[in-house]
Amino acid sequence: MRLSSQLGGKSYNFDSVKEVLGRANELKSGDAMAGIAARSDSERVAAKDVLSNLLISDVRNNPVVPYEEDEVTRLIQDGIDENVYNRIKNWSIAELREFILSENTEQAEIDEIRNGLTSETIAAVAKLMSNLDLIYAANKIRVHTTCNTTMGRRGTLSARLQPNHTVDSIDGIRASLFEGLSYGVGDAVLGLNPVNDTIANTKQIFELLDDVKNKFEIPSQICVLAHINTQIEAVKQGAPCDMIFQSIAGSEKGNTAFGFSATTVQEATDLLKVKGTAKGENLLYFETGQGAELSSDANFGADQVTMEARCYGFAKPFKPFMVNTVVGFIGPEYLYDSKQVIRAGLEDHFMGKLTGLPMGCDCCYTNHMAADQNDIENLAVMLSAAGCTYIIAVPSGDDIMLNYQTNSYQDIQAIRTLLGLRPIKEFEDWMKKIGIIDENGRPTYRMGDATIFTESRR
Amino acid sequence: MSILDREKLIEVITREVMRVLSEKNTTPQYAHPNSDVNLEINARWKSPDLTGQEFKSSIQIIDPENPLALRAMEKATTARVGIGRSGERLNTKSLLSLRADHSMAKDAVQKQIDEDLLKELNLPIVQSKATEINEHLTRPDLGRQLSDEAVDFIKKNCIQNPQIQIYVSDGLSNSAVENNIKDLLPILMDGLTDAGIKVGTPFFIKYGRVGTGDAVSETTNAELVCVLLGERPGLAAADSMSAYITYGAYVGLPESKRTVVSNIHKNGIQPVEAGAYLVDLLQTILKEKKSGVDLQM
Repeated sequence: MRLSSQLGGKSYNFDSVKEVLGRANELKSGDAMAGIAARSDSERVAAKDVLSNLLISDVRNNPVVPYEEDEVTRLIQDGIDENVYNRIKNWSIAELREFILSENTEQAEIDEIRNGLTSETIAAVAKLMSNLDLIYAANKIRVHTTCNTTMGRRGTLSARLQPNHTVDSIDGIRASLFEGLSYGVGDAVLGLNPVNDTIANTKQIFELLDDVKNKFEIPSQICVLAHINTQIEAVKQGAPCDMIFQSIAGSEKGNTAFGFSATTVQEATDLLKVKGTAKGENLLYFETGQGAELSSDANFGADQVTMEARCYGFAKPFKPFMVNTVVGFIGPEYLYDSKQVIRAGLEDHFMGKLTGLPMGCDCCYTNHMAADQNDIENLAVMLSAAGCTYIIAVPSGDDIMLNYQTNSYQDIQAIRTLLGLRPIKEFEDWMKKIGIIDENGRPTYRMGDATIFTESRR
Repeated sequence: MSILDREKLIEVITREVMRVLSEKNTTPQYAHPNSDVNLEINARWKSPDLTGQEFKSSIQIIDPENPLALRAMEKATTARVGIGRSGERLNTKSLLSLRADHSMAKDAVQKQIDEDLLKELNLPIVQSKATEINEHLTRPDLGRQLSDEAVDFIKKNCIQNPQIQIYVSDGLSNSAVENNIKDLLPILMDGLTDAGIKVGTPFFIKYGRVGTGDAVSETTNAELVCVLLGERPGLAAADSMSAYITYGAYVGLPESKRTVVSNIHKNGIQPVEAGAYLVDLLQTILKEKKSGVDLQM
């Protein structure tokens, strides 16, 4: 294992695989805050060179959090298929990159090696990819996933409808819900982030979403993104629930900070199999985001791309219906500006897909970052070109509860038209039935009129 | 196209033409050769504020199926519903409205605190280890620590070992502090004092983060700490405040041990209402001796 490189007449030496992984990252303010970012552009490239020559076995044998101390590491390492691993363990990370990018490699070939890759290996190869590499490589992979409906098929772009409200007003939530539905948004999930994380409130919102879903026969699924314990209790008390949500981190300590563990996730899955309202086998929803571990002092000196990849490693055995990075939510201390947010969105989507997850993205930014709506429109188009499973949309891109901006309902429709993508088949049929698109999938004058869902029409 | 659809289309077009005509009638159409006269006309036809309700209300979908229901929806939420579209994109007014609100929010992050207000409320200013605004934005680790001067000041001048320590902090919006604290803080302080609770000396922390409360807890040896903090600004609310409440806080405490009451602002939970609610909630937490996910309510 060589941990040094020469560049421009200077020698660069690194102490560990973990250090190489950190220095090899594209610049992120979070890595700089943690003191593990490259100290110069030259050092960054030198680290990439070292990384490119490491073997898959070198990276597997040096997990960034020790096996004995961390259940996320154990889930990742124990999930490796040793036969697959033995076949590829002597590949360098450069060879892995070139295998993925080869014109002879399609999804089937990637599927064959997937279970030999630890999350650290997946992060390592992402660090050797340019932005277009990340888009091009991710586009080879589609992950089909089934809750009530199946999404993730090639040629589709799904969307989560996020009808958040500042005080969880049922009428207010319903208004945003109707508005989004009238734009053909919501084939991924109708999913609300509640303000009040109480069992009674969570149950009440589940009931609203379930009522709308059933009344208008919407082929989709519902979710209330309260804390996992709150959702479990609400379901036990009879709340209609298709899937359970939780924010996850790339270390056990990070998950403890979120107030749950793998056991909690298993409990949620077991509960939904008995008391859930969905028919499919994918019953969980996870959100992630670079920097979450560092924010709870749970990154163990590792960089935020590697910790993010480990979130996906944690998610994998639970077969979630959907996973997305909330990429620009955490703020400028982790992703300083639009350049860093776009890079992170592309990395996260690629790493999630390579892990085998139905990966989506909340293309978002906060108002204390150096970014604006133009930047996340860019990201949404790039990710849709990369075959992103779904993106998130709110009225006019403005989430009045979470105080950040993401894509608008209009963005979903425009990107579908632009790239020739469609919602899932059942949902498109439903859009035709309610009259917001015509036989050719083009908008009718009804598109965007939320009042078509109200009673006593004129 | 069915006959019904054609009729509908004609109706839509007619309405749109009428709307455009009516706007034209109220707008000066030609420039007057005399530029002073133009200025006068501009002053008289003052355009509505891009961030105001009048402009927002003017963004409307044309010819909804159920106009009454649309008005009810718009009343039920501050989310931008019923706004219509321009083809498959936002219409121009929506685009401008979004960018106008975003500009306000960005400016709120940079705003300095009104020190006269703090004087009026008798809140002394102490500071975290962050030294200026950009360091505050990119180094939350520094924002979570109290400066040595702050520790000294609190130890010398504030009540030690209180049951409840309340303090105010900028977080990411001084607009939140300025617009909420005058209504919120006195009710909270009076309510707790009236309930016979030993409440600490309130103060203001400049460049503070949620976690700064843990350092405050260790410095004052408070049983429970409640920080009233400016949230990162959103578009509808550049002045949203949250109360983060922690029982038995210490540096390094997991975030899940905090109870949060968020969205305190004029269009969310009213500050007066929040004050009254917090008086009860803080007493419950004090009694239960736990906060965050441990406290299931």
